Amino acid sequence: MALLQVENARFSYDKKTEALKGVSFSAEKGDYLAIIGHNGSGKSTLARLINGLLTPSGGTVTVDGISSVDKEKCFQLRKRVGVVFQNPDNGIIASIVEDDVAFGPENLGVPREEIGERIDFALKAVGMEEYRKSSPARLSGGQKQRVAIAGVLALKPEILVLDESTAMLDPKGRKEILSVVKKLNEEQGVTVIAITHYMEEAAEARDIIVMSDGEIVMRGSPEEIFLKGAELKKYGLELPYPAYVAEKLKEKGVPIDGVVLTREALAEKLEKLCE
Amino acid sequence: MKDVSFGQYYPARSFVHKMDARVKILLAIAYIVAVFLVKSEPEFYFLGFAACFLFVVIATVCSRVPFFKMLKSVKAIIFFVVFSAVLQLFFNKKGTPLWEGGFITDAGLYNAAFITARIILIVLGASLLTFTTSPVEIADGLESLLTPLKFIKFPVHEFALVMSIALRFIPTLLDETDRIIKAQKSRGADFETGNVFKRVKALIPVLIPLLISSFRRADELADAMDARCYSGSKNRTRYKKMKIGWRDLIGTLVLAALITGVVLLNGVLGVAV
Repeated sequence: MALLQVENARFSYDKKTEALKGVSFSAEKGDYLAIIGHNGSGKSTLARLINGLLTPSGGTVTVDGISSVDKEKCFQLRKRVGVVFQNPDNGIIASIVEDDVAFGPENLGVPREEIGERIDFALKAVGMEEYRKSSPARLSGGQKQRVAIAGVLALKPEILVLDESTAMLDPKGRKEILSVVKKLNEEQGVTVIAITHYMEEAAEARDIIVMSDGEIVMRGSPEEIFLKGAELKKYGLELPYPAYVAEKLKEKGVPIDGVVLTREALAEKLEKLCE
Repeated sequence: MKDVSFGQYYPARSFVHKMDARVKILLAIAYIVAVFLVKSEPEFYFLGFAACFLFVVIATVCSRVPFFKMLKSVKAIIFFVVFSAVLQLFFNKKGTPLWEGGFITDAGLYNAAFITARIILIVLGASLLTFTTSPVEIADGLESLLTPLKFIKFPVHEFALVMSIALRFIPTLLDETDRIIKAQKSRGADFETGNVFKRVKALIPVLIPLLISSFRRADELADAMDARCYSGSKNRTRYKKMKIGWRDLIGTLVLAALITGVVLLNGVLGVAV
């Protein structure tokens, strides 16, 4: 069975309209999955279901064989799924970085010596070990969000869910977070589920799920998804900027083949054409 | 605005900074008791206060907190000091008037000086605690000191957590207030002119967005805590361990000496008079 199994999950906030109308997908260990969709497509609701913050009104969510419907085991589920939210200002609990990272392991009842090791590990993983004794109020947005990620990593989760974690950051902060997440996925084998509305961020993932009106409408690799620009437009989404430029050039008769996801790839293809 | 921190912690590595927060809180309370023990008979209160003052000066030197910082904390409550001194001066009917038909008596003057010295000494002692102990340490120390209250079902852990979260959000909310004020100003709000009532009224468009956003923040914080497996104080471990060391012993001994001194001064001089 897959690490994360979502089967026909439904959810409604007000009993009238459904935010999720039967969503099914799965993720294996080490996957890097991006979930994209316009506002109100249900992608944030999905993040809360995976972590057990919300329980589905229909269908099931299972992580490592543990169902989120079972309230008793909710704790076990949360231990395995770490969520990083949008605003780090509202997610940091303590006024010193190391105390904040310690909050999760303290809740789990981890022995004192091991908490120290976990703080070392988590702060190192996000490159914030120099700021161990600092006050989060004095850090930049990107640094704060890295501390928030460290706070989640200290729980040693198997799945890291990023719920629009870069939405409030400047481009520099966004880059910081993206490289940290990529490193975690590649080096530590952490399963990443990134919910985002930045297409260029989604292009970094190995797999993309497109949501619209509480349903999964597309799933595939970035190359497959971004080849279908017209279909994406129907769901209120746009192509990543390099892919958009490539498409416009193609319309003008420039022979660019395939889908171009990064600036570097686009530059390379154009250079080749000039030769 | 980020530098406005509650209690104005003054980071340094000193004898007093390294003391255990719990001991420091208890010593601060004991010190205040000592100040109150000084008898108010005009003949000999100076000596008791002099002893307390000497103690604060020595402690300040040991804490490496600059003296001007300490003076600033007194300046912050100067209005209160003057107010209580004036009350004593004008409303004390005991004693003999200082001049023929005057309403200020010698006893009133004594009492005013006494109250002033008492308040200033207390403020000096209390600010030394907040200068040398970070808000988190104070919250943790209080949690540990209040632990016995668990037996009467008082939620000690939750109380301490609420306190430290409140302290953590002070800079965040100050930033936000700043932002809202700027946003309202850019829409033509006027905070600087008009009488007191007008100015207070002008603050309403600042307070309401602040209140609403605080609720939103609280919601998000609760989610973040839940997501990090928070489930109350049950089965929780602590990373920071508090240790009582030789510094705490010395501090306690010095304070015990102060209290003994004050009591002796009260007694000996009392007998002498």
